[in-house]
Amino acid sequence: MTSFTKETYMRWFEQMMLMRRFEEKTAQLYGQQKIKGFCHLYIGQEAVVAGTMSALNSDDRIITAYRDHAHALACGISANAVMAELYGKVTGCSKGKGGSMHMFSKEHNFFGGHGIVGGQIPLGAGIAFADMYRGGKQVTVCYMGDGAVRQGALHEAFNMAMLWKIPVIFVCENNGYAMGTSVERTTNQMDIYKIGLAYDMPCKEVDGMQAETVHEAIAEAAERARKGDGPTFLEIRTYRYRGHSMSDPAKYRTKEEVEEYKMRDPLERVRKTILDNKWATEAELEAAEEKIMAEVLASVEFSENSPYPEGSALWEDVYSEPNYPFITE
Amino acid sequence: MRVIQFREALREAMNEEMRRDKDIFLIGEEVAEYNGAYKVSQGMLDEFGDKRIIDTPIAELGFAGIAVGAAMNGLRPIVEFMTFNFSLVAIDQVINSAAKMYQMSGGQFNMPMVFRGPTASAGQLGAQHSQAFENWYANCPGLKVVVPSNPYDAKGLLKTAIRDNDPVIFMESEQMYGDKGEVPEEEYLIPIGKAVVKREGTDVTIVSFGKIIKVAYAAAEELAKEGINVEIIDLRTVRPIDYDTIIESVKKTNRLVIVEEAWPLANISTEITYMVQKRAFDYLDAPIIRVNTADTPLGYAPTFVEAFLPSVKQVMDSVKSVMYK
Repeated sequence: MTSFTKETYMRWFEQMMLMRRFEEKTAQLYGQQKIKGFCHLYIGQEAVVAGTMSALNSDDRIITAYRDHAHALACGISANAVMAELYGKVTGCSKGKGGSMHMFSKEHNFFGGHGIVGGQIPLGAGIAFADMYRGGKQVTVCYMGDGAVRQGALHEAFNMAMLWKIPVIFVCENNGYAMGTSVERTTNQMDIYKIGLAYDMPCKEVDGMQAETVHEAIAEAAERARKGDGPTFLEIRTYRYRGHSMSDPAKYRTKEEVEEYKMRDPLERVRKTILDNKWATEAELEAAEEKIMAEVLASVEFSENSPYPEGSALWEDVYSEPNYPFITE
Repeated sequence: MRVIQFREALREAMNEEMRRDKDIFLIGEEVAEYNGAYKVSQGMLDEFGDKRIIDTPIAELGFAGIAVGAAMNGLRPIVEFMTFNFSLVAIDQVINSAAKMYQMSGGQFNMPMVFRGPTASAGQLGAQHSQAFENWYANCPGLKVVVPSNPYDAKGLLKTAIRDNDPVIFMESEQMYGDKGEVPEEEYLIPIGKAVVKREGTDVTIVSFGKIIKVAYAAAEELAKEGINVEIIDLRTVRPIDYDTIIESVKKTNRLVIVEEAWPLANISTEITYMVQKRAFDYLDAPIIRVNTADTPLGYAPTFVEAFLPSVKQVMDSVKSVMYK
């Protein structure tokens, strides 16, 4: 039994399927060296973002670290614009200046893709601070990985966010590994959510392999933030099927562990719920999947056909002041 | 004209801009109830309230990052560092977030914010409270770096910095806050990136900025008694640097001495020296000399302070040296 509607499940299915197929394609293109640089895949963690987005309003804010393709897509940035950014093309959502780790879209309230572990945590608090300052009702969801919680930035931001009752939801996507270092090798306290206790911040752990539990936790936290009661810290336990980045063969964990999580695949779970409830037939879901695959393939074609930015665009967008006198030889 | 203190000039700049624009707020340690560690923000809490004058815990990384996030979302923060020596624990947010955000986002998120506070040495404060960071920040594209040397410039430049839509590093000095100078009642702005010739001369050009320029003034007075006529340029901004004003002066005097409170390796003097040899090589009648600090951390004893900082005598000797006297 579930309290969520057919529409919610169908949206989750489509969103998570898009993330999954998009990133599988990304991995393939990376192998073909169409995509360069650092590239971190989200496959396996999709329920976290999907469950978040269904619990938020369209004017709420999202910020995350560098594992950001799925977050960008879920905020409504087109597959074309995200893929083109991966390609480094001028049609990308950051005009080819960001790449995999630095997706941005002001229009979609997506505040980026940040590359310094934990650096986005005070930024998330600051984005929410600005809404509170203006008397807005928006909330900000600030994502981080399990590695980021060991940064001092988290503790400074948590303290001030709680002190000033900033409307921010801090979400730790605990996938068990900070790059290759497991959580247990970095701390004596395995329950990451308990960091919130030190600041009297409401906090709990959430099963991140189900969009339902994520949605419920985010909805509760968002309501608290909108009421003026301040931040929440959620440790959402999830799993990435791939390595930390494209260059990581993930030898630090067992095949069995990966398979165990794949048995609880969040996308399969949504598919099963839809079928069990007869909200759609196998054929209808396959048709939906094919449509998504076509969208992904179209994004590749779009990116292939898009131009790179001119080298001279390097000097654009560094200062908003026109004609800044750069030193040039 | 009326005479006010450097700290009052800064305060007036912030007060005037905050009255004009409700999106501006001041955040930092001791800025509100304590009225500022150096009383720059005295009375501002009373006028603007605790929503806009915000005391923080001692957490530079955190509050600098919160300010950057607020700027991403449309506000115009003024971040006060009690000293730029403490900005090192926040430098990730200044460099990796504030300076790079606009380009990294393809021009979507600009950073209308100011980081301000005192820089460099201020007496016997020991090694960790005595460092100049002008060249560190000036090295980073995306930032602007302003270093006023008197109350008039401080007010006009800070108002401009607050209105600027890019992140500005605004560097003051504990030893200048009490300095008095003429500041008009009526509003004025000073553009960022424009140097000013503070003293006209024909024999040697001295380029300097910030509080150490006073050493150059004192040297020029002494040299004048010996019949040496020094021109002094106050850069006021070290990113961008107003090379044109320097080159124009060097073409007239054919001799250059640079006075900068900074460690010698890769500092502002080095950069100016490069640019002058490149653009005015044929005009130089002597090698350029820079007068910097000792290439060491600053120890506590008064003898160390004396040995560390550029002195009037060093500047005089340097001027005479480039004149082959």
